[in-house]
Amino acid sequence: MRRKNIALAVLLVVACALPFLVSNFRVFQLTMVLIYAIVLLGLNMLTGYNGQISLGHGAFYAIGAYTAAILMDRFGVPYWLTIPVAGAVCLAAGFLFGLPALRLEGLYLALATFALGVALPQLMKYKHLEHWTGGVQGIVIVKPDAPFGIPLNADQWLYFFSLAVTVVMFILAVNLLRGRIGRAMVAIRDHPIAAGAMGVNVAMYKSLTFGVSAMYTGIGGALGAIAVQFVAPDSFNVFLSIAFLVGIVVGGLASIEGAIFGAIFIQFVPNLADQISKAAPWAIYGIFLIAFMYLLPGGIAGLIKALRRRYDR
Amino acid sequence: MTASKTWAPVAFAFALAVAPGAFAQKKYDPGASDTEIRIGQTMPYSGPASAYGTIGRVEAAYFQKINDEGGINGRKIKLLSVDDGYSPPKTVEMTRKLVEQDEVLFMFQPLGTAANSAIHKYLNTKKVPHLLVASGATKWADPRNFPWTMGWNPSYQTEGRIYAKDILANHSSGKIAVLYQNDDYGKDLLKGLKDGLGDKAAKMIVAEASYEVSDPTVDSQIVSLKGSGADIFVNIATPKFAALAIRKVYDVGWRPVHYLNNVSLSVGSVLTPAGLEKSVGLITTAYLKDATDAQYANDPGMKDYLAFMKKYYPDGNIADSSNTYGYSAAQALVQILKQCGDNLTRENVMRQAANLKNLQLPLGRPGVLINTTPTDFQMFKSMQLQRFDGKQWVGFGDAVQ
Repeated sequence: MRRKNIALAVLLVVACALPFLVSNFRVFQLTMVLIYAIVLLGLNMLTGYNGQISLGHGAFYAIGAYTAAILMDRFGVPYWLTIPVAGAVCLAAGFLFGLPALRLEGLYLALATFALGVALPQLMKYKHLEHWTGGVQGIVIVKPDAPFGIPLNADQWLYFFSLAVTVVMFILAVNLLRGRIGRAMVAIRDHPIAAGAMGVNVAMYKSLTFGVSAMYTGIGGALGAIAVQFVAPDSFNVFLSIAFLVGIVVGGLASIEGAIFGAIFIQFVPNLADQISKAAPWAIYGIFLIAFMYLLPGGIAGLIKALRRRYDR
Repeated sequence: MTASKTWAPVAFAFALAVAPGAFAQKKYDPGASDTEIRIGQTMPYSGPASAYGTIGRVEAAYFQKINDEGGINGRKIKLLSVDDGYSPPKTVEMTRKLVEQDEVLFMFQPLGTAANSAIHKYLNTKKVPHLLVASGATKWADPRNFPWTMGWNPSYQTEGRIYAKDILANHSSGKIAVLYQNDDYGKDLLKGLKDGLGDKAAKMIVAEASYEVSDPTVDSQIVSLKGSGADIFVNIATPKFAALAIRKVYDVGWRPVHYLNNVSLSVGSVLTPAGLEKSVGLITTAYLKDATDAQYANDPGMKDYLAFMKKYYPDGNIADSSNTYGYSAAQALVQILKQCGDNLTRENVMRQAANLKNLQLPLGRPGVLINTTPTDFQMFKSMQLQRFDGKQWVGFGDAVQ
């Protein structure tokens, strides 16, 4: 346990030092890694811990992004205030979507969420919403500068802001998952009937997990909109949802630190693949993915766990 | 005395050496050097709009041809064209990489209205030229607010004004009915039409009907437009609805002078499903020559294009209008870079882009000239009208402004 604390402290120091060591463009990419890490953590609660598959988390990411963009663009709400609002909106949306959808199990739920992911970008173009969403043209937002005259540029400031949000979200997740609720979630995944017999309210826990998972994703979406400075329906296609799912599997299912590894994967591996082959980047990406699944069936987090076990012996 | 004598020729030689240098001093911003001009581009090589990817490929092939011929003022063009999958966040990431890490001199023809909206502000804040944007929105020609952005496509408003001009010239006593798609594009084109008609618009346009992209048909709109007694019909619709409208107009026995907007001019995907015999007499605009049009078979510009495609881009489909599009945009860029001479700063690139005078591209329709000024960033202000003869589009008349 003590060694783990030291490792965490080192990680945090590295994370704080990085933006001063690399170019602004890299800082932007690292900010996206943090944002994806929040999203993947949320999805991992749902899929990894609770055993429900979602192919539509891109929709919640989009709702979070649009919430932040509309609040900033139409109402002049400060960017930091949009984060909790986006989280609350997605918590409600996720919980409400979860109630009926959770009567569906496994693959059927996957399809229902897939439908959500496919439908949402088109709804954003709907003409009665256009006044708010900007239709196909989307919404351009302004990147915030560092407050109180802190000597950081906009990219660095947003990185630290995202880092702070990430740390808070991870602490919350650790407390949630390591406690009573987390155990109930895992019990439902492993054996829903047994969990019910032990007094766990299965439907309630499933809906709540869905809501919390959507909340994490929405917070990520809001931060993503601010980092990219633009939202449009084309930004949230189905592929985004699938990329999230890829992220949690590669990072490691039912693992908190796996979210960070997964985020690094979905941010950097497509670019790496594009650099290796311009002609067939997705074929290279596929090879990476297959290699990962064969060599690291437990994801990157699983590998680290195995290594640690060997050293401890 | 002796000292000044010895130094005089040296000073003279020095003055000679410096004088021309002072005139044609080489000036560079990031991305330009004595040997190379580095250019960035985002293109949808994957994703839903990957059919447009050929634009990036044909442009790279054209720059290869220019480099093989010695480059521009001795400098080779290096086009860094990267995939953004038609996803705006990816466009932002890739554009930042190209500007901040690869240090390109400017961005050339990034494709897509949403993708370009996402990088519009960024490039203007960074003062990096955002040149020949591959999108038809009117907002790319706004030098007052966005002095670093210049579009390529003729804007929808320009197109609307051209129809208005032709109507005023040939059917000035006519009554006009308009069908339009209820979004930015449809309203933009309609605005151009009304601006072009000027104070006659209110009197001449006797009926307007709009449709939503989600509507199943436009039958009821056509019937009510016919009922207005109009004898001119302006069809501002995307391919599926344009085809439905063309067929319905014919089937209800209405025979107006029928203007069809440029986005729906495809014979294969619009006129054939509508019925070729029902499409005879349709009028639309064009600014580039069509490689499948028999009347250009012996055109020198077209012959050069075909020879280029054979040698440098044999996999490309010569009949694909995206290839003539990319080829022409690349040629316009080469002209801008030639004008820059040895002053390859971002500011001068923008100044030369805004200083194109009567540029007739080899594949431009006759009389369709490119003219830009520091206060006018609209590349194409004129287009040629063309009429459908039952088999193909045939250009007629001079370019209309």
